[in-house]
Amino acid sequence: MAPRKPSVMRPARDVAVVAFGQTDHLRTTDELSEVEMLMPVLHQVLAATGLRTSDIGFTCSGSCDYLAGRAFSFTMALDGVGAWPPISESHVEMDGAWALYEAWVKLQTGEADTALVYSYGKSSPGSVRDVLTRQLDPYYLAPLWPDSVALAALQAQALIDAGETDEPALAGVARRSRADATANSHAQLSGSVAQGEYVVRPLRTGDCPPVGDGAAAVILVAGERARDLCERPAWIRGIDHRVEAHGLGVRDLTDSPSTRLAAERAGVFERPVDTAELHAPFTSQEIVLRKALRIGDDVTVNPSGGALAANPMMAAGLIRIGEAAARIHRGASHRAVAHATSGPCLQQNLVALLEGDAR
Amino acid sequence: MTSAPVPEVLRAPLVVEFPFTRSLGPVQSAFLTGLRERTVLGVKTGDGRTLVPPVEYDPATAEEIRDLVEVGDTGTVTTWAWNHEPRRAQPLGTPFAWVLVKLDGADTALLHALDAPGPDAVRTGMRVRIRWAAERVGAITDIACFEPYDGDGAPQESAPHSGEFTDPVTGIGAPARLDYTYAPGRAQTAYINALSEQRTVGERCPACRKVYVPPRGACPTCGVATAERVEVGPRGTVTTYCIVNIKAKNLDIEVPYVYAHIALDGADLALHARIAGIPYDEVRMGLRVEPVWTEGGRFPDHYRPTGEPDADYDTYKELI
Repeated sequence: MAPRKPSVMRPARDVAVVAFGQTDHLRTTDELSEVEMLMPVLHQVLAATGLRTSDIGFTCSGSCDYLAGRAFSFTMALDGVGAWPPISESHVEMDGAWALYEAWVKLQTGEADTALVYSYGKSSPGSVRDVLTRQLDPYYLAPLWPDSVALAALQAQALIDAGETDEPALAGVARRSRADATANSHAQLSGSVAQGEYVVRPLRTGDCPPVGDGAAAVILVAGERARDLCERPAWIRGIDHRVEAHGLGVRDLTDSPSTRLAAERAGVFERPVDTAELHAPFTSQEIVLRKALRIGDDVTVNPSGGALAANPMMAAGLIRIGEAAARIHRGASHRAVAHATSGPCLQQNLVALLEGDAR
Repeated sequence: MTSAPVPEVLRAPLVVEFPFTRSLGPVQSAFLTGLRERTVLGVKTGDGRTLVPPVEYDPATAEEIRDLVEVGDTGTVTTWAWNHEPRRAQPLGTPFAWVLVKLDGADTALLHALDAPGPDAVRTGMRVRIRWAAERVGAITDIACFEPYDGDGAPQESAPHSGEFTDPVTGIGAPARLDYTYAPGRAQTAYINALSEQRTVGERCPACRKVYVPPRGACPTCGVATAERVEVGPRGTVTTYCIVNIKAKNLDIEVPYVYAHIALDGADLALHARIAGIPYDEVRMGLRVEPVWTEGGRFPDHYRPTGEPDADYDTYKELI
């Protein structure tokens, strides 16, 4: 059978992001438990829509026990949702963007009409560079403890060798991101930030994301009801996620075919987008994603400052979708692409296409 | 009026260790046993590419692959990153380069460390050679690291290999250790601090008025923050219990003993604790109990009967 050209997958139901909330992202939040950190954003999105817990058809969350070093920590976070009388609930040990995908699928099946999606991460109790080594292949990679910055640095050097970027261009990505973040009151790192010393060469401190704690939540609603709850809903016109081989030496680190394929299936390439929220924790990854998503200079990239301004693990991807949706809500964007990543060197990628109603 | 100073939140070191052992499939077993014998094996894909390190399924087609070949112990750096501050458990304790190396005869690259005097001595395309660990056990760390090698990159044909060795390695130890600083947050800090004064505190939900103990800062029913602190106990009522007949490892308690849910007076959620000071087969629902603290104990060692009449079922039936 001849391989078929990837085609755009049309959703069966119209589903929109109608509300988005996030915490201020901070280096440490010792005085707050995870549920205490999360609860205000849950209340924020419920208040924005006027929905109550009992109105939510499906709840899905994303988090990672390894960050805080506690087993089943998501069950404690459920205290913030109000799980009595019993609710329909699920959890992914992933960024909340993947929890949103699960919720979107649930709404596509027609089993629910509304969904609450949230995610959170506290990186402050541990050393996130070491913690993330535990997501690597346990036979060939994990025993060497290659940390997340080291793996990103290998990718950055590959890009430099390929002539696709250089250190001044990477510094430019960092500068633009932190400058844009001055308009984002939730950002952890904004304004003029020194590019600093090498962490793992060729990446300097300025090329790396801040380590911090934070949470985010969105509400999804299917059909016409979205227009009752939100003046200008951000319709999810397409969403898809793809994964590449875990072996770094098998992949071409200068490209992201999984991002490109996900974007193709989501319909991103059918017409131009005006905004891109890219989950690129390292400056070099923005270079790869711009190429994979064919983003030109006329597109506003990461007006929130992106992950270089705030990268709460497990929430930063969901925040990209939320930020893109919020721009549509306030009329600053009409067609936006949002991207989330997980794993080393952009191993897993999710792409969502959001649109506002034509005016 | 001044508000009481906010007590410093508690912090404590927390070490999480995983002593996992993992079994190997036929391909990984051959590869890691090969490393023990200073032989590097790859695996051929259906389209003739050689993957090193080898995997059991083609990453492109998911087809099962098993044809092993031997590749060189020399190769070429495909990308690198200079690590001037090695972290705990990384391959070298001195500054080194992380490298992806395409070994001679391989089509994919292996991640490892390169021992080089400095970043100026490293470049993409440089030739390197495996430095074997003195003691090898059948693990990726049998490669101590790579070192610069001035030989040519003469294309080396990979040779078929049976993958058979005497005494093959069939598993690896995969120990992992992560260090954390645990901070229990405001609500649980208050709970732990009160325990140090042999008191038990909960928090009342502003919506349903129930008192939760131990407090976690949220009402799990209403999903709202709790803040009003309420002292509960010290006495309470056994709501349900079980008799433990099997002794846990390293536990210094004689079996059988009783483990019970105890609704402390004023609390709307039962805590669990051991019951002693009464024969195990005389513990019952409704039994009134009080905590027993040992010298320097940070929580009640156990609960014992108070001698009061049993509580009426109706007073605790909602808390079972």
